[in-house]
Amino acid sequence: MTRMTLARKIKLHRTSYLMVAPFMLLFIGFMVVPVIMAVVYSFSTYNVMESPRFFGLTRLFDNYLRLFLDDEVFQISLRNTFMFAIITGPVSYVACLLIAWFVNDLKPKMRAAATLFFYAPSLAFNVYFMWKYVFASDSRGLLNTWLIQLGFINEPVLWLNDTRTTLLVVIVVQLWMSLGTAFLAFIAGLQGIDRNLYEAGAIDGVKNRWQELYHITLPSMKEQLLFGAVMQITGSFAVGSISAELIGRPSPLYSAHTLQMHMEDVALAPRFEMGYACAIAVVLFTITLSLNQLVRHLLQRGDKSV
Amino acid sequence: MTVIQKPSRALRVLRGSKVGTKATRSRMGNAAVVFFLVLLAAFMSFPMIYTVNVAFKPMGELLKYPPDFFVQNPTLQNFTNLSNAISNSTVPFSRYFFNSIIVAGLGTLLHVIFASLAAYPLAKHKFPGRKTLFMMVVLGLMFSPTIVEVPRYLQMAAIGWLDSYQAMIVPLLINTLGLYLMKQFMEQINDAVLEAARIDGAGEWAAWWYVVMPAVKPAYLTLTIFAFKDFWNNIGPVMMYISSESKKTLPLALTNIMQGGLPRLGATAVVGLLLMLPPIIIFLITQSNVIETMKSSGMKD
Repeated sequence: MTRMTLARKIKLHRTSYLMVAPFMLLFIGFMVVPVIMAVVYSFSTYNVMESPRFFGLTRLFDNYLRLFLDDEVFQISLRNTFMFAIITGPVSYVACLLIAWFVNDLKPKMRAAATLFFYAPSLAFNVYFMWKYVFASDSRGLLNTWLIQLGFINEPVLWLNDTRTTLLVVIVVQLWMSLGTAFLAFIAGLQGIDRNLYEAGAIDGVKNRWQELYHITLPSMKEQLLFGAVMQITGSFAVGSISAELIGRPSPLYSAHTLQMHMEDVALAPRFEMGYACAIAVVLFTITLSLNQLVRHLLQRGDKSV
Repeated sequence: MTVIQKPSRALRVLRGSKVGTKATRSRMGNAAVVFFLVLLAAFMSFPMIYTVNVAFKPMGELLKYPPDFFVQNPTLQNFTNLSNAISNSTVPFSRYFFNSIIVAGLGTLLHVIFASLAAYPLAKHKFPGRKTLFMMVVLGLMFSPTIVEVPRYLQMAAIGWLDSYQAMIVPLLINTLGLYLMKQFMEQINDAVLEAARIDGAGEWAAWWYVVMPAVKPAYLTLTIFAFKDFWNNIGPVMMYISSESKKTLPLALTNIMQGGLPRLGATAVVGLLLMLPPIIIFLITQSNVIETMKSSGMKD
């Protein structure tokens, strides 16, 4: 084929470009542009009233240095964000997989009902506020009422105020709503597996369900496993508004404060430090994206060794 | 002519037999699995069941100590008193409901159309930039959109979109999960069918509407429920852009009522019920289509 100019190429594929245009133009305008803005403003001080002042070359990384060296709340939030991610990420991933696997053994009607039960919190996560009344710190809280009635405790536990339990409460609620898109993808992946493989496996000496899971099921749904990993990692780093609503903003001694919340605190009244908030956004963005890429890499390496 | 390539009939017949699976399932194991699932289902549905019970509790039971889990004498009081429950509100309760319908309805419709339209060339046309665009879509899955809330706020302020419906719609409209799932699903469409449509004189737009869209019904129903639940439940940062009471949606009304504390618990639960029912009902109807769509959700490289 002879070389075409760019203009001719675009003209030739005019329809294709027109079709992707509505979505892609909005995506570039309201997602790519804000990401670039965050990176650019993170090298400035910007209080909305005056135009941003960009740092010179020698002080370029001032916002980042301040975050890691001077900002104690940032360090607590960073630690909490990682705590959430390290616990809710893998636990919810394994839960999604195990529950999907168990549910898949049920008869079709029961399977549909069970899927609805487990996916319902993702459909209606706004009722998370009910957990507030379950964990309420006074003796009116449901959990405290029951624990006192059963004789496990005499005094109500201050679930939402005690710095030792606040993180735990947020993790429980976060896990409650974490059987999301990945869970559905796993159920679908399991249903897509060729039944012949199981019969062949039984003949080859696969004895119990765990052997079957390891030798046949998991290798047959690698693509879904990767997709699910991306979904769960992204979700596990986005903890913020739920924690703020349940535990408060800020939580006692910042015990359940996350990067997301810290970023909002810095950007909102009375601080209005937009440049500084953008630096936090860039840190969070970098962490989520690199972890996703890392896991993607690891899962693919595992793929080749099998 | 079949539009989607299905596994051969022989294979589907074999799938019905359970011989291989049964051999690896012990009876004790099955019992343990069922026990575990029931326990977990109770935990997962706990807040929903509690919401339903609280919504029908009369005032006396709401304030009772120690609190009961189940309602004793169900009443509709909380439903009829709903409009009084919203303190310092200048608009009637129905206004929040109406706003939610507008935002979720319009947002879902636009998302499904734009994502399906963009997915078709990404799946079936070869044009320069296709790989780059799809890479951007996949990258979009890898971070939460709430990360860009600060620059997005500055952006909305600059173009005068603060306190507008489009500020609630556009940021969720461009969720790349829908586009990703749609593109993966469309790849299964048989190229011969599209070729036949072209030979019959159909342009690409006609092929998209008359051939592709009917074939991807499971996928667009899936995009509908996914987008609807996101719009309907949205309490994310975009909601901070809304200041006038007359534009607020149900989840924002919920936050308002919740601040009334224990005396408003009944009204809170009623709004919770209103928020929880529509997405659950839509999922109930579309469930088998959703599972069908997720079969092609895998990430290839």
